Amino acid sequence: MENETKKLSIICFSGDFDKAVAAFTMATGAAAVNWEVNVFFTFWGLNILKKKQGRSIIGKGFLARFFNFLMGGSKNLPLSRLNFGGISPGLMTGMMKKRNVATLSELIEAAKQLKVKLIACEMAMHILGIQKSDLIDDVQEVIGVPTFLEYSKNGQVIFIS
Amino acid sequence: MTHTLDITKDHCPMTFVKVKLGLSKIAQGDVLDVLLSEGEPLVNVPKAAKEQGHRILEIKNEGKNYHILIEKNN
Repeated sequence: MENETKKLSIICFSGDFDKAVAAFTMATGAAAVNWEVNVFFTFWGLNILKKKQGRSIIGKGFLARFFNFLMGGSKNLPLSRLNFGGISPGLMTGMMKKRNVATLSELIEAAKQLKVKLIACEMAMHILGIQKSDLIDDVQEVIGVPTFLEYSKNGQVIFIS
Repeated sequence: MTHTLDITKDHCPMTFVKVKLGLSKIAQGDVLDVLLSEGEPLVNVPKAAKEQGHRILEIKNEGKNYHILIEKNN
């Protein structure tokens, strides 16, 4: 009987489109072959989880609202290179569909169905003035470092920056 | 009862995702007939299914593709 713990914990610091695809590809792939998967979203990564997928004014305080509006949600994630003023994620999604590779929204949907644990960083949410209610309902918890360490203990950890 | 799933046009990770979700939707004892390509899916789909406690009934070749018959058991 194999006794190793198959657990993958991903820290998604980035809110770039391509890196979000990478994070969700790892998460869903691992969950599909029976690994326990946690994805911890912090800083820019929180944009992926916003309920409002476009640009909208959320958060508390002028600067938080300003930042949140500029960053937007999952429909506004920029490509980390060759963003071309924001048109590239759309072009890339078109290429992904054409080549039968799962798009970001399909990967996020798969992650939910595979019961990947989506968790958000309490501290980053506090800075950006984001409430749990601003994030999609699939976000199970808002946690800090000690809880993340507890969840990721005895597993593999990947940091996506 | 046998259910079919064609993942020949899919790529990683959706190949594995579709099999896992496909197995979760069928009844205990039912069979999922997965049509897949050689390479990564052929190696890892049966392996992942076995690890979950399912039974591989048959692997048969069909042209460039393979049928993997998985009996749900978990």
